[in-house]
Amino acid sequence: MSALLETRGLSLGYGGQLVMRDVNLSVMRGEIVTIVGPNGSGKSSLIRACIGALKPAKGQITRMSGLKIGYVPQTLAIDSTLPLTVARFLGLPRRISARRAEAVLAEAGVPGLGNRQMRDLSGGQFQRVLLARALLDAPDLLVLDEPTQGLDQPGSAAFYQQIENVRQQTGCAVLMVSHDLHVVMAASDRVLCVNGHICCEGTPEIVASAPEYRALFGTGTRGALALYRHEHSHSHGPACEDDHGHDHGHHGNEAAE
Amino acid sequence: MLDDFMVRAALAGLGVALAAAPLGCFVVWRRMAYFGDATSHAAILGVALALALDVPVFGGVLVIALAMALALTVLTGRGVGSDALLGVFAHAALALGLVAVSFVPTVRVDLMGYLVGDILAVSSGDLVVIWTGAVLASALIAWRWSALLSATLSPDLAQAAGLNPRREHLVLTLALAVTVAVAIKVVGALLIAALLIIPAAAARPLARTPEAMAVAAMAIGAGSALGGLMLSFALDTPTGPTIVSLAAAVFCVTQVMQTVHG
Repeated sequence: MSALLETRGLSLGYGGQLVMRDVNLSVMRGEIVTIVGPNGSGKSSLIRACIGALKPAKGQITRMSGLKIGYVPQTLAIDSTLPLTVARFLGLPRRISARRAEAVLAEAGVPGLGNRQMRDLSGGQFQRVLLARALLDAPDLLVLDEPTQGLDQPGSAAFYQQIENVRQQTGCAVLMVSHDLHVVMAASDRVLCVNGHICCEGTPEIVASAPEYRALFGTGTRGALALYRHEHSHSHGPACEDDHGHDHGHHGNEAAE
Repeated sequence: MLDDFMVRAALAGLGVALAAAPLGCFVVWRRMAYFGDATSHAAILGVALALALDVPVFGGVLVIALAMALALTVLTGRGVGSDALLGVFAHAALALGLVAVSFVPTVRVDLMGYLVGDILAVSSGDLVVIWTGAVLASALIAWRWSALLSATLSPDLAQAAGLNPRREHLVLTLALAVTVAVAIKVVGALLIAALLIIPAAAARPLARTPEAMAVAAMAIGAGSALGGLMLSFALDTPTGPTIVSLAAAVFCVTQVMQTVHG
């Protein structure tokens, strides 16, 4: 089975300065892949490249033909001069009926918000509306960039539960950036630990025990958020080095198709 | 009917106001006020060019406004401190245009006419140009409406939905240049940006959706154009500035209404 999305030797940068180099990443149908890394590690750039908003400085990105991506951005600053109801927002760029809007809002766990102004929503409601919009086109791949930023613990736990539900119902793959390490460890099929490049990659268990991961996040995964002190020139341990070698023929995802 | 200068003036004002309003909404939403300023101030440079080369003023203004808007897009896209940069461009374009006009030897140029407009002198030929441009700009905006709105809300979201935000920005730039070119006769280079921004800003408190805001802005713009024309006739004041003053008065009213209603 071919990947939904695959990068080969991908390097990313802004104005000549590289923030990410030599990334080989692939996302298969139905799997949840999570990217973790400290601030400024290039996570968001990688996400933006995957949705096509950032052109590769080097290397290439291959998307399955006809791939439908649902994107949930980190934040969405809506200018105060722009009046926008939730229903209208859902109909961008393609208009949808009021009934469809109501249905997808209910699906995302926020029924009855259609007539509210986007700017009047709470943080949790806003993120769910963004999720609802991303789900509208029945995407093959859901891409989320720190979707629970600004939510409290129960709020983000509920949000990730929703994403897991969506995956089970629709079978879409999920590629996300997250800061909530313990959630990541529980909910992901595969974790990518990045810091300007892919430091290590694998199942949550493998990554959690990798020295690169520990160098970035400390030894305890519970509540251990990003440590900002880390070495850029660490050596790769053998446990994680073969991230290009095992070629993604992993887990039971293929069997599930 | 078109023989009456007042009828021609009214039609010219209506055409420009109706085209400028939806475009103005995007200028407001995207915080491009200075961008609009710089582009419309460059119109004076276009006037000088057209007079020097003996080509129609509309053409000269269109070319220069387009060049200015494209140059600004490239420069601000590279992250040069855009607020100050746009300010520099807006005023430099105006000053340069005024200097350039003074070099045009053949005609004694009626500068005031190009700065604040000369709507009462609109000819039938002007009217055709104005409405052609206005319909063109409006059609462009209407055609790309949803895509423009998506790109305005978030370039990344638009990109993920398969749109190209840069292309949408170019569409907006083109519509802006056309509008500036047809508006110079009506309100003049100094006040074109006002006709873009003020009706849209005045419409904001009245609207719950982007479309409603655009329609309200069109109504306010058209009302200001017609009302301003009549007022200027009654009070013997310059027409372009009177139109803009009336729009500003409506802005004050809707702001107060919003404050009162909470």
